[in-house]
Amino acid sequence: MTPDTAPVELSIPAVPRSTSIDGHDLLFPHRDVYHDVVAAHREAGYAMLADLTAVDYLGHPGRQLPDGVAPERFELVVMLLSLASGEVPHARRVRIRVQVPEDDAEVTSLWDLYRGAEAMEREAYDMYGITFRGHPDLTRILMPEDWEGHPLRKDFGVGRVPVQFREAPGPR
Amino acid sequence: MSDRTRSTTDGPASETPDTGPDTSSPFVRETAEGSQELASRRDTTPEELEREVGSVLRLPESHGVDVSDIDIEHPDDETMIINMGPQHPSTHGVLRLMMELDGETVLRTKPIIGYLHTGMEKTAEELTYQQGATNVTRMDYLSPLNNELVFSLATEKLLGIELPPRAIWIRMLLSELQRVSSHLMWLATNGMDVGSTTMMIFGFRERELVLGFFEKTTGLRMNHNFIRPGGTAADLPDGWEDDVEVILDNVTSRLADYDALLTGQPIFNERVEGVGPLTAAEAIALSATGPILRSTGVAWDLRRAMPYLAYDDVDFDVIIGTYGDNFDRYAIRINEIRESVRILWQVLDKMPPGDYRVQDKKLTPPPRARIDESMEALIHHFKIFTEGFKVPEGEVYVAIESPRGELGCYLVSNGSSKPFRMHIRAPSFVNLQSLPVMMHGGLVADAVATISSVDPVMGEVDR
Repeated sequence: MTPDTAPVELSIPAVPRSTSIDGHDLLFPHRDVYHDVVAAHREAGYAMLADLTAVDYLGHPGRQLPDGVAPERFELVVMLLSLASGEVPHARRVRIRVQVPEDDAEVTSLWDLYRGAEAMEREAYDMYGITFRGHPDLTRILMPEDWEGHPLRKDFGVGRVPVQFREAPGPR
Repeated sequence: MSDRTRSTTDGPASETPDTGPDTSSPFVRETAEGSQELASRRDTTPEELEREVGSVLRLPESHGVDVSDIDIEHPDDETMIINMGPQHPSTHGVLRLMMELDGETVLRTKPIIGYLHTGMEKTAEELTYQQGATNVTRMDYLSPLNNELVFSLATEKLLGIELPPRAIWIRMLLSELQRVSSHLMWLATNGMDVGSTTMMIFGFRERELVLGFFEKTTGLRMNHNFIRPGGTAADLPDGWEDDVEVILDNVTSRLADYDALLTGQPIFNERVEGVGPLTAAEAIALSATGPILRSTGVAWDLRRAMPYLAYDDVDFDVIIGTYGDNFDRYAIRINEIRESVRILWQVLDKMPPGDYRVQDKKLTPPPRARIDESMEALIHHFKIFTEGFKVPEGEVYVAIESPRGELGCYLVSNGSSKPFRMHIRAPSFVNLQSLPVMMHGGLVADAVATISSVDPVMGEVDR
């Protein structure tokens, strides 16, 4: 790793970190400090929120996590992107994975830091039922407003149309 | 109207009752479901008012309305909210916009999406990696090969496999041809939106050339399922160089026609110059990528900034604009076609010989002829098409530069042959957030041109 691609040193409490197989920095902050960690990255030059999504790890609890990170059912995944400016001289990505417990699925919204979080957080809410504190308009975005349930949860059925095979008319 | 009719038949017209409910409205005031009329404005709580007038329509704070400025006692009734879509020919699919208008001026806009949501990310969890490309290719139906590419790259990253050089260059060839066809399609629809039907016919005509080549190569004009994990489905057809040369020569000469038709043409310039402006800071804050971000002067192109495939080995320029208006977005797209043509000539020169896919029988099916001869090949074929190949546990995010911006794929594997989670970071979905900012303060007549300049593909927005 050359010096100009070294991870940015941030003035935040130590957060468990590692490197992903695609070569991006991985951070695993607790959800209480998650907003601060993102804010520190934004200060450090990660100017764009590239993506925000969630994963439901129901049925796959044994994923690889660094020491000190307790797996929870949901994981919020935030991809930050540096456009080669500020303290980050090279185009660089960092991925922040936040454990979100099932019984209290709420995290702080990133909307005050990145306006682009608006639609992405609504999608995460719509699909997983994770609520974002401080989001201006946390409503369903893809599903109808009166939809019940959150479709990308693993315990949400795929839904099937029962197929009835009527006896096909024979050749004669 | 009914009571007036009654009054002329039953008694003198001047005799109007001064008590009882106001019967001037033909509608019933109270129904079984409660009142059918709007409550007084002063009944609105400040929180609700903020939702109604402030951030709900998603503008940056600088554009937002301060709640304390609103006169609740004397409500300003000059603005109105109108609905546009989802079935409007210029909204490029089923996009619905709620626009607040002050006369002809657009104040706030709220895109309402989801009309095309079919749960493709959920579907992806039910399909094997082998089948996954058929699913993602239907998202951005104007550049399906890019969707297949990003899904395949993510899968290959999880598998940790290296592709043969020819597979990489075939993917580059298809990816750039796709960019040409997608931008041509955009020029066509944009031409239609600003009133140039000639451009529409021209754009579709040239796109047909590219789609014809795709049909010859992949068997289909759209939704190819040609780029698959492990390489491509087949090699390029014989004589592909000649076909590509014909396409490039044609497109190059016709780009000059487009310049004559649109660029510098006064009517077109009046429609697009200075319309729908966006600043670089706004574009970055709203996570806009692709031509929208570049139109504001930010030279950000993933092909250059974070090269994938073999974009390191080709020369091309990143086109940027200055004002972030509709004209810049037009100029960027038309010049990106030129850059893609430049890349394609280099691809023609540099296309290496060799295999078009990984010859790992666990990943790619054996050639058809081998199945009749070899039991081993038959078993591999059967395993791949029934069970699929297993992908090691892990999670990965891969992003490429699609014609619309950063197209990302976040893939989580639990070690089985189906993705545990597949998320597509759809550029159209994210770019749509910058539409309210672009349209703010513009004329409603320009709204259609601005929607077009964002280039949303609703299949990708809603997934």
